Amino acid sequence: MKEFQTVKEIFGPIIYVEGVQDAAYNELVQVIAPNGEKRQGQVLETSAGMAAVQVFGPTTGLDTKETRVRFTGESLRLPVSDEMLGRVFSGAGVPIDKGPALIAEEKLDINGSAINPVARAEPRDFIQTGISTIDALNTLVRGQKLPLFSGSGLPHNELAVQIARQASVAGKGGGGKEDFVVVFGAMGITHAEASFFMQDFEKTGALERAVLFLNLANDPSIERMITPRLALTAAEYLAFERDMQVLVILTDMTNYADSLRELAAARQEVPGRRGYPGYLYTDLANIYERAGGIHGKKGTVTQLPILTMPDDDITHPIPDLTGYITEGQIVLSRELHRKGIYPPVDALPSLSRLMNLGIGAERTREDHGGVSSQLYASYAEGRDLRSLVAVVGEEALSERDRKFLAFANAFEQKFVTQGRYENRDIEDSLELGWELLASIPEGELKRVKPEHLEKYGMKYRQGNYVHKRKTADETLHAKHGRKEHESSGHAQHGTEKHSWESDKTAGRKTQAGQKHPGKKIAARTKITRKRK
Amino acid sequence: MVQGVLSRISGPVVQATGMRGSQINELVKVGEMQLLGEIIALKGERASIQVYEDTSGLRPGEKVEGTGAPLSVELGPGLLSGVFDGIQRPLAAIREESGDFIARGVQVPSLDRKAKWQFNPSVKNGSHAETGDVLGTVQEFNIEHRIMAPAGVKGKVEGIQSGKFTITHAICKIGGKEVTLMQKWPVRLPRPVREKKHFEPPLVTGKRIMDTFFPLAKGGAAAIPGPFGSGKTVNQTDLAKYSDTEMVVYVGCGERGNEMTEVLETFPRLVDPKTGKPLMQRTVLIANTSNMPVAAREASIYTGITIAEYFRDMGYDVAVMADSTSRWAEAMREISGRMEEMPGEEGYPAYLGKKLAEFYERAGRVWCLGSGSHNRSGSVTVVGAVSPPGGDLSEPVSQSTLRVTKVFWALDSALSRRRHYPAINWLKSYSLYLGELREWYEKNVSPEFYELRGQAMALLQKEAELQNIVQLIGPDALPDKERLVLEATKMIREDFLQQNSYDEVDAYSTLRKQYWMLKTVLHFHSKANSALALEVPLAKILESPSRQKIAVLKRTVDKDVEGKCRAIIHELDGEFAK
Repeated sequence: MKEFQTVKEIFGPIIYVEGVQDAAYNELVQVIAPNGEKRQGQVLETSAGMAAVQVFGPTTGLDTKETRVRFTGESLRLPVSDEMLGRVFSGAGVPIDKGPALIAEEKLDINGSAINPVARAEPRDFIQTGISTIDALNTLVRGQKLPLFSGSGLPHNELAVQIARQASVAGKGGGGKEDFVVVFGAMGITHAEASFFMQDFEKTGALERAVLFLNLANDPSIERMITPRLALTAAEYLAFERDMQVLVILTDMTNYADSLRELAAARQEVPGRRGYPGYLYTDLANIYERAGGIHGKKGTVTQLPILTMPDDDITHPIPDLTGYITEGQIVLSRELHRKGIYPPVDALPSLSRLMNLGIGAERTREDHGGVSSQLYASYAEGRDLRSLVAVVGEEALSERDRKFLAFANAFEQKFVTQGRYENRDIEDSLELGWELLASIPEGELKRVKPEHLEKYGMKYRQGNYVHKRKTADETLHAKHGRKEHESSGHAQHGTEKHSWESDKTAGRKTQAGQKHPGKKIAARTKITRKRK
Repeated sequence: MVQGVLSRISGPVVQATGMRGSQINELVKVGEMQLLGEIIALKGERASIQVYEDTSGLRPGEKVEGTGAPLSVELGPGLLSGVFDGIQRPLAAIREESGDFIARGVQVPSLDRKAKWQFNPSVKNGSHAETGDVLGTVQEFNIEHRIMAPAGVKGKVEGIQSGKFTITHAICKIGGKEVTLMQKWPVRLPRPVREKKHFEPPLVTGKRIMDTFFPLAKGGAAAIPGPFGSGKTVNQTDLAKYSDTEMVVYVGCGERGNEMTEVLETFPRLVDPKTGKPLMQRTVLIANTSNMPVAAREASIYTGITIAEYFRDMGYDVAVMADSTSRWAEAMREISGRMEEMPGEEGYPAYLGKKLAEFYERAGRVWCLGSGSHNRSGSVTVVGAVSPPGGDLSEPVSQSTLRVTKVFWALDSALSRRRHYPAINWLKSYSLYLGELREWYEKNVSPEFYELRGQAMALLQKEAELQNIVQLIGPDALPDKERLVLEATKMIREDFLQQNSYDEVDAYSTLRKQYWMLKTVLHFHSKANSALALEVPLAKILESPSRQKIAVLKRTVDKDVEGKCRAIIHELDGEFAK
């Protein structure tokens, strides 16, 4: 290991070190401040005699005289093992839950490598999230990357935890019910938001099957460059070496992209759209593409990144480039949220590209594709009519049009709307779809196959048939669950003290029985952010 | 060979000194790991090199070796059904070498060196041969792989014989030079042709909106721009599956890994209707996904089109699907930015337009090179997807593309949101091949085909105007004649233009079927129009049972369509006669 005391320039998060002859590109660096504090960094640019290093931490306190820089000769690696489950790490990968140090089985390069396209297994196993707008209309499959496009103040966190809680491999395709391991990567979210996630994971016992990497809003922003990579490295290890089904939640990707912009600006690079660097697409792709399955391996990595669209603008570079990389998107709508609809998923711009692989007779039900397409078309028609009604009034509409208008309202109220603890299985969602479609004239149902209409839809058109729903176990929580989850915003969590420790018993029933190493530590999860 | 030393590393572009004597675009091996790179700028003894693999871990002082040759692809038996990365490294062989994840510095030849191919000569010893002449054939699946005399040879054929050879084994000598089954060609140089031909038969895609409304000629170039989620990739894979081309080169340039997997897993299962063999056997896949190195993404488009030109030179019709050219342009922008070049519009290099034009100009229908082979012609058709940021077509890549492509299939997110697929907007799209293809359509489909097409387009245009009025005053305020237009265009949209790629029957429509479907819909409109003139109320007209029958035509198998349509037309005539 070579050490230099020749820092020439400090500029934002970047320091320039003179006299370094052969630093390796992307090499891990230790920066030692005059007061002895150690920080990590990475070589951004290297030439004979000079290296530019980005520091994952504040540059406050560094100087050009006594600061020492050590070049480790290694790339940035994450120690991994089974013991990671139930643990909480900082955004730089240091345990912050007061648990014992991790005994690494392996140390993996956090940048990963591209999965060989030939080795990829086609994602086709249906994941049941229990949310109708996702399961029936925008089906998620194992190995997919499906982001939540949200806006500030919308309940994306609630939806993300609900998905994490309810996601299971049900249906005929997967081999029975299997729960997901959650890897959670937080970039620049507030303490209140982090505490919301932690509390919910803890309550349902999911924490024991979760690995958390937390970079909060007051943590160094450049550290966000590595947080998602750490999370995905852990996820890949658990999925491909340990055969687990992994669900990765990354929030908030907007903060990540902003850090990338900050770094690019500090390097005085030519800015692209809205000041983001031209390689934002490539950089985001290196994160999002780390999802999928591999032939011959049981585990899969499914990604659920969350991003808030600045000013709800879907053409902003971050959602725009994300949409080009991910396999669809779930878009939350402020309009629906204002109407009090939860989850406020706007079905029309939402899409799951891999849906057709995960549905059908062998996986969900034979009528799934048709019902979904019909619901879409009818809802789109009803939505269009709304703007017409605003101009000409409802009376001017024909009988047929009024039916579509009523359908759109019923669709939002009954199909989209569901409780925070309501876990609808796919059968229920599809039956609900047929029930609503019964109000549409038969001649207009062009998207469903006639035989499916006969088999599934006719009973609703003929009389007062009521589908008997299976009661999902999670609905119990709605009654016993704590009230604040039902209310909107999560600001109040932030004011609660020890919120992650409270009420340990509440939700343990469901998953606490499962044995897993690391669960001893799970209980002690109060975060104390002490950095060296 | 020139040997230099790395002096600066920052991302995918590195610099080396001591490189005097190397050529621009020369392939070099960078560092201890021997990563592949290409020289993109030279200044004195300094060279800028774009590296086709991740540069992490490279250090100043490591050596850089020249190879003396530009980036080239290997052309010969073994290409078909192959899956390669952007610089034609075989991904299956890489997997064997380095496992499920792509490691760096893996050195595998593009084409299998060990496989032996049965070569059957078609020229005799002592005959004269020159560049482009077919020397013999190798059967690759059910495709006749024609072995052509490579560039720069001319003279008497000696020692040619049939037998099993590896691709590097000499099969004969021409003018004293050894010729093998395999040849090499630099990717950035278009392969020469004897002469370009005019465009004639259309590329029949089986998609009604494409074939009927906006046809693409064989040898032509088309652009599919659209925002994310509007169906660029689905349309491209459908074209690869169903279009009547003899070979497909599918370039996944900076796109999703799972999509490549979908192609990889579905194509071997799908059967080419003409040959009855798996589609994969007529396909070459270039897969450079978005997380694979950016420089190789830049090269992937050239690799793809060079392979396509090679098959064209044998006399085949080849289609190139480039998905997406925007990612390619962005790769250029990234490299240009790292080179600190003066940026043009939106940070793209000033030569963006030139590069796009050069690429699309490599499409064409040609008389192939070779002596006395005027009877051999082939074509390369290029379909490029464009991914404009925010769906805004005013951006440089879309605009530069539209200047050089003659077919524009405009994808529309408003259509895809209501699940109207293919989400091609019929008002914004255009095809400039209509004039050249008219004769062909009138001769091979029906003399009245263009007229029907014109009528349908006029109705759709009228609908757009009426919609503006409806938005203001509601549909009831329109006179019956105009409401009938809205009903008729609704039938055109829903019963003709909409096509389900996932429905076994509907996914592909023959031109005959398209013609009869359109004819029937328009016949309904004209009959209803005359009935209106006789003061039959519109509501009564719309009750016609034939409408239901028209709606299910798309799910009717091809051979029954004509009969059914004739029956419906007959019924309509009867109905409205009352």
